[in-house]
Amino acid sequence: MWIAFLQRAVMQGIPLLYGSTGEIITERSGNLNLGIPGIMYVGGICGVIGAFFYESSAAVIRPLPAILIPLLCSLVGSLLMGLIYSFLTVTLRANQNVTGLALTTFGTGIGNFFGGSLIKIAKSDMPSITMTTTSNYFRTALPFAGKLGWFGQLFLSYSFLAYAAVIIAIIVSYFFRHTWTGLHLRAVGENPATADAAGINVNRYKYRATCIGSMIAGLGGLYYVMDYANGVWSNDGFGDRGWLAIALVIFALWRPNFSIFGSIIFGGLFIAYNYVSNIGMSTQELFKMAPYVVTVLVLIFVSVRNKKDSLGPAALGQSYFREER
Amino acid sequence: MADTPAIELQHITKSFGSTRANHDISLSVYHGEILSILGENGSGKTTLMNMIAGIYFPDHGRILIDGEEAIIRSPRDAYRYRIGMVHQHFKLVDVFTAVENIILGDNEESPRFNLKTAAAKVREISDQYGFELDPFKKIYDMSVSEKQTVEIIKTLFRGADILILDEPTAVLTPQEAEKLFAVLRRMRDAGKSVVIITHKLHEVLSLSDRVSVLRKGEYIGTVKTSEADESLLTEMMVGKKVTLNITRTEPKDPRERLKVQNLNCYAIDGVQVLKNVSFTAMSGEILGIAGIAGSGQRELLEAIAGLQRVKDGEIYYIHPNSGKIEDLTEKTTLQIREMGVRLSFVPEDRIGMGLVGNMSITDNMLLRSYRSGRGFFLRRKQPQQLADDIVEQLEVVTPDTRTPVRRLSGGNVQKILVGREIASSPTVLMAAYPVRGLDINSSYLIYDLLNEQKENGVAVIFVGEDLDVLLELCDRILVISSGEITGCVDARGATKEEIGMMMTQGGGEKRA
Repeated sequence: MWIAFLQRAVMQGIPLLYGSTGEIITERSGNLNLGIPGIMYVGGICGVIGAFFYESSAAVIRPLPAILIPLLCSLVGSLLMGLIYSFLTVTLRANQNVTGLALTTFGTGIGNFFGGSLIKIAKSDMPSITMTTTSNYFRTALPFAGKLGWFGQLFLSYSFLAYAAVIIAIIVSYFFRHTWTGLHLRAVGENPATADAAGINVNRYKYRATCIGSMIAGLGGLYYVMDYANGVWSNDGFGDRGWLAIALVIFALWRPNFSIFGSIIFGGLFIAYNYVSNIGMSTQELFKMAPYVVTVLVLIFVSVRNKKDSLGPAALGQSYFREER
Repeated sequence: MADTPAIELQHITKSFGSTRANHDISLSVYHGEILSILGENGSGKTTLMNMIAGIYFPDHGRILIDGEEAIIRSPRDAYRYRIGMVHQHFKLVDVFTAVENIILGDNEESPRFNLKTAAAKVREISDQYGFELDPFKKIYDMSVSEKQTVEIIKTLFRGADILILDEPTAVLTPQEAEKLFAVLRRMRDAGKSVVIITHKLHEVLSLSDRVSVLRKGEYIGTVKTSEADESLLTEMMVGKKVTLNITRTEPKDPRERLKVQNLNCYAIDGVQVLKNVSFTAMSGEILGIAGIAGSGQRELLEAIAGLQRVKDGEIYYIHPNSGKIEDLTEKTTLQIREMGVRLSFVPEDRIGMGLVGNMSITDNMLLRSYRSGRGFFLRRKQPQQLADDIVEQLEVVTPDTRTPVRRLSGGNVQKILVGREIASSPTVLMAAYPVRGLDINSSYLIYDLLNEQKENGVAVIFVGEDLDVLLELCDRILVISSGEITGCVDARGATKEEIGMMMTQGGGEKRA
């Protein structure tokens, strides 16, 4: 049972890992993007739209386009969301919290609108649409997963998007520490005036970080639909995973490599109620709260310890305007 | 000294709006020398140096580097000409290590990102000039002096041959300053040009080879340090006395109103900002406080107003009628008000501490009086009346009293602030730089208002920067230098030179 639980925890954690890696990149540039839940939702629905029209128009569904089309649609959708956020907060210097929350509402609305439309087009009996073929391609596990017992189940049974999430997190983590761009990006989030004086184009960094971050986060939405939900889209099915991803950023102390483990812990806590016998509906909800409680505890812990590097980028949430001092 | 100057400034002029920060300044810096730029606050020293460092661009005039004209539009350009500047406010990322800060933005020169080789180069520079710095120490773990070292090494790392330091010793202890001077001398001996901006005479005399003096944006002259002494430099710095014709009446029935005894205060970073300050403010007189900006004036007023933590010492208030003595030490502003002490404070930070920029004139009046209102709802009638009165009597230029204060010009903002503080009929009025940024007419209006309060028997404390004004307006002048009172003179007999000397003495020498 433990193996199964851990495997489910990992699968539950992957969307959170995508979301938090994307948000960490964004926040490292000083942009607090609370639109992540909406962006992940848009990433999911855009993938669904791509998959739906490919499945319904192509005579033969081939694996490569079946994966690439949804992937591309998802990336473009979340990129657009990132661009909206950057334009509003960086160019127009709108309040980041308000913009982010608006994007979440907007993204959820967009997702439900197109989701509902597709359900209608598909003339589905249930309030959901299913893309089994596409999902099967997405969920192809490594070939020897089934043969190696618990080891295979625990480490090899996932789809390529799951491994990609971990690899992206590791790369981003390395990128922060060991490249010029990473150093400059961190400087922008910590002290944009200093970065500006050092000749770093603050706005360009903010734009790029937010857009790339959004695209990565959007993949979390795609993974959720195509892998976790077996290609079934139902409106509002994504739940509060977007907020969990943002909580995970704090939990991981803005470090993508920490967030790999954090995502598994969060995933595990999120589904733990399934593995505890004899609990009612109300107690279930208490269990679902656990990730947030843990995040609050981490926040308290780092605040008490008061070490500056684990409290997040210093200029997080502030717009930068050179002439303002 | 080589024949061609490292930097030659020719007829540099720079204006900000209507104020002329630099006017027709020409001076040179040679290789292998330390040049001091000496001047009072607002004399244009920093502006001039910022033009060499690429922060500002001159309106007129040319900058020659090694005899060739240079166009410096950004700090990056400045580095290309091997010029580095250490600003008064450090530009460092707190959570980065020293070496990370040093290489920040340097990717064009060294495309490969390698902290280890960079750290080795930092150590090499440290050894060469005698700095002590751990390249992998985080900035937030560093003392102010270490942070300054990081800034200096940052310029040397990029190959600067001309190093400009803006008031480098303002934040250092005397021992740290001595260490810095030793390093600077070593740099000079290595053939680099060092320019330091300062107003401390003893530093100028002990460190530099030549001194260039600026006064009110104009170039006064350059002298060899070996041929200069304190009185010559002071005279160059403050200039001859100017007559302003501010009316000054004899204090009427002066009585002790506010007594400060042996006050000691520390800033958050542990630096002592006030040292054994003692003085008495009398009713019916204007007590001037003179000193270089940042010598503790702000902290002193804030300590009296209940906004600054006091380490030890006492602040007493003597009630005008009953003669009752109240202890104001370590009381909050609210407690002070509840004791019936009518203290008014015009802070130097007008929008921020004094007024709320986004609120209308009327609502800003309300901020001072809302406690006297009863009930849940605001009553705007009285503050509205007050706002109208102030606008009318002080000739505030504003569309109406509903205009947010932020949109008004500096002079008008100041009139509103001073007007509001006076309207609460204070017995002690403290004003910090009330005429800063104001034109002549507005300034005189403020002087008249202060004089009026004096006539009414208020103890006025006036922190000013223009010595001519202090000498004409005040009855007594208290001189503060590095948090210490270095003198208290009768303004009627004192000279500018005398006060200028007191402003620049003490501090460094005395503490060391």
